[in-house]
Amino acid sequence: MEWETVIGLEIHAQLATRSKIFSGSATAYGAAPNTQANLVDLGYPGVLPVLNREAVRMAVRFGLAIGAEICRHSVFARKNYFYPDLPKGYQISQYELPIVARGTLDIVLEDGSRKRVGITRAHLEEDAGKSLHEGLPGLSGIDLNRAGTPLIEIVSEPELRSAKEAVAYMKKVHTLVRYLEICDGNMQEGSFRCDANVSVRPRGAEKFGTRAEIKNLNSFRYVEKAINYEVERQIELIEGGGRVVQETRLYDPDRGETRSMRSKEEANDYRYFPDPDLLPVVLEDDFLEELRSTLPELPDQKAARFAGDYGLSDYDAGVLTASRELGAFYEDVVARVGRDPKLCANWVMGDFAAFLNKDNLEIAESRVGSAALAGLVTRILDNTISGKIAKEVFEAMWAEGEGADAIIEKKGLRQITDTGAIEQAIEDVMAGNPGQLADYRSGKDKLFGFFVGQVMKATGGKANPAQLNELLKKKLPG
Amino acid sequence: MTAPSLPAATVAGLAKGLNAGEFSSVELTEACLGRIAASQPGLNAFITVTAEAALAEAGAADTRRREGRAGPLTGVPIAHKDIFCTQDVLTTCGSRMLSNFVSPYDATVVAKLREAGTVALGKLNMDEFAMGSSNETSFFGPVRNPWDTTRVPGGSSGGSAAAVAARIAPAATATDTGGSIRQPAALCGVTGIKPTYGRVSRYGMIAFASSLDQAGLITVSAEDAALMLGAMAGFDPRDSTSVDSPVPDYAATLEQPLAGLTIGLVKEFFDKGLDRQCEQRIRDALAVYEKLGARLVEVSCPNLPLSVPTYYVVAPAECSSNLARFDGVRFGHRCESPRNLTDLYNRSRGEGFGAEVKRRIMTGTYVLSAGYYDAYYLKAQRVRQLISRDFAEAFGQVDLLLGPTSPTAAFAIGAKTEDPITMYLNDIYTIGANLAGLPAMSLPCGFADGLPVGLQLIGPHFSEARMLNAAHRYQMETDWHLRVPAAFG
Repeated sequence: MEWETVIGLEIHAQLATRSKIFSGSATAYGAAPNTQANLVDLGYPGVLPVLNREAVRMAVRFGLAIGAEICRHSVFARKNYFYPDLPKGYQISQYELPIVARGTLDIVLEDGSRKRVGITRAHLEEDAGKSLHEGLPGLSGIDLNRAGTPLIEIVSEPELRSAKEAVAYMKKVHTLVRYLEICDGNMQEGSFRCDANVSVRPRGAEKFGTRAEIKNLNSFRYVEKAINYEVERQIELIEGGGRVVQETRLYDPDRGETRSMRSKEEANDYRYFPDPDLLPVVLEDDFLEELRSTLPELPDQKAARFAGDYGLSDYDAGVLTASRELGAFYEDVVARVGRDPKLCANWVMGDFAAFLNKDNLEIAESRVGSAALAGLVTRILDNTISGKIAKEVFEAMWAEGEGADAIIEKKGLRQITDTGAIEQAIEDVMAGNPGQLADYRSGKDKLFGFFVGQVMKATGGKANPAQLNELLKKKLPG
Repeated sequence: MTAPSLPAATVAGLAKGLNAGEFSSVELTEACLGRIAASQPGLNAFITVTAEAALAEAGAADTRRREGRAGPLTGVPIAHKDIFCTQDVLTTCGSRMLSNFVSPYDATVVAKLREAGTVALGKLNMDEFAMGSSNETSFFGPVRNPWDTTRVPGGSSGGSAAAVAARIAPAATATDTGGSIRQPAALCGVTGIKPTYGRVSRYGMIAFASSLDQAGLITVSAEDAALMLGAMAGFDPRDSTSVDSPVPDYAATLEQPLAGLTIGLVKEFFDKGLDRQCEQRIRDALAVYEKLGARLVEVSCPNLPLSVPTYYVVAPAECSSNLARFDGVRFGHRCESPRNLTDLYNRSRGEGFGAEVKRRIMTGTYVLSAGYYDAYYLKAQRVRQLISRDFAEAFGQVDLLLGPTSPTAAFAIGAKTEDPITMYLNDIYTIGANLAGLPAMSLPCGFADGLPVGLQLIGPHFSEARMLNAAHRYQMETDWHLRVPAAFG
């Protein structure tokens, strides 16, 4: 039987507000335990929540960016359950009336085709604290610094059909929230994480299979691995005559497997009801209009512009707009070089990206800035150096932190464009390799490459390749 | 200087005496502390007396007065219901759960009344977490009615009402979720006001049912209530449900004539559950109002009889969630040597809460449960809307509504503890105002077999000034509010 995978993601993006969603405590990551938790965060008797307007603005920005309906009258609800890291015994979330409903996001699949993914809703809620066990033998510690940190939970429709699609979608959301500057996207710190609802059904079936929810996946790699594992597990189970049970599962990255956390029967009845401590969030037209008019250029818009204005392929345009910083860097290089945006794109996506990646640096921390990279590309275009030599120059720029011209001078890498000098080198090579010359002249055309190589070697790779080709063609036949 | 006569004291009178230098705040505070100590074995009105702090505050108030920096309430002693958080002072909410809880902060009400110069005498007994109508659910034992110590003072603000009735505190803060200010005020023969929902900040007031809870006052007179409410009310940025509208000078309009006032008699309030003598006292009061120039008309609020069942869905639902934070983890009662997390929760909560609180948590948990939410919680919210609409329609015809506060005068301690439903029916006339968020008062209007009877006024949203005016004019014609139980005269 052929199986179809059905995936829906619930992405939790921590909003980049300075203070918490319902209290004035700071949200900075990494502070000593419980130093960023005030009486409201601790759920003390008598305290009350007060909504952080900035969190609302951020959620609305997200809604506008995915073309969603913005709920003019959204309501906070209490999700009731007991846990030590949940100080009030309930989480303030949104339930029946979320602030954002029915949006879409386009992703590009592996074969280059586009797919539109539905986003059911995005709602505001507060994060819980953390339970700590390390270094506390026989005890549990509670750190409430994270309690009350604002989140939006972005719930997709069950429209994703493979782990790869799920990752592409999650990456797209990741790109978007960073474009909007509403989330720092830091996955190690848990600022961006997701739960994956996974089921399988016979291809062509209408009805969904029973799903398992894999909790708290905080890397793209884990999302892919966990889903693939889970899909295989479910198929094996069904083909072996078993049945998938609805349950919550955890992914263990060390063992590369998911395992059961709790079944549906053990699940909490959260007893949602509207939080009487908070008024409904009512949004006026002016407020929405102001937010709409201050939205930045979004990734898809930017990619379309790059493809149109710079003549880039959809793929290249997509890569270059994966982050606002990368797009800005690229555009700065193009502006400085003033021509050949395709060559600029190749350099930004090629050596530049590779070196950043190798040293694990952000663009802002790059050892070669946009001006320096533009200087290098300019030297290729004005024939000072060849593309091949440019790679050597770039590596030196990265290592030494100097500009292209300085490196070219210091290392004597300037391209030889003097016809006489190249001719001289050709003649030397012909004289030094009479056997090969004779063979070439007797019809072994393939030896042309040998002569190119030899001349390049003799000139230290600096001979202008186009000129060399032309001159060799003239001289070799004799 | 002459020591003030507390049995005859009102906040207005004491403020005058302080200003005239007839006595100092320290002398006044000492007098109150003396009466509190003497009454405590019989009444049990206080959970905590902060004598030392009170005398220090009184001394500071006297200094301010000497320096010419005194406000109208500077140096007047008051007491707080133990539901309000008071910094560095035990704040128990009448529960074993918080019997060890020293609050690290002041409720907004407490802070505002301190800023106004009042002196805090201590914390008043109450039904556990404000759940009760007789003060019998307090972990710290029942409060007794100063008019007859075999009877209940009402609840949940029983300590507040008893303390003011016995004149051991000139005024007291209180809270009202379903009648918890008005019913004890009626049963103890004192004046009680529950302002409009949102008029007074709830920050620092330990929540029972957040959409119904409202802080208010128990005082000797409407004039005292007007003076104190002005200091207590107002928008609080820490309470999203407090309303940002200016606080009128309630005292300024107290004496306006009532000619042209239309008072509505809610037909549904004069039902067969109302004690005949109590009804007669209300009818007597109506005659006073007619004499004052008010016009009386009968109105109907047909959905009002549904207020008790509606309340006993909404209030427990909210309480079941509000009381989840009392889990033995961060503060309050924690059981001995918990074996694991579930044991910690089960025993800490099992030991910390009393029977009535548990009953309401379980009721509330049930009505919010999957499969029952629509049938109970949602339906109750719809009925709540209907009740609000009934009131709104009535206020299209009349300025104020008048009726009884409680079906009977004070009942005997222990008489209703076995039957929660009978107990709940005590609040049949008061709950409607909470469901609709309306301001309401209870005023002493006579006696039934030697026990005080209260009349209730209910006004449209933010009509406190008009309501206090109507109450004050009545009290200018009558002296029921100035009667003091013989044992405390």
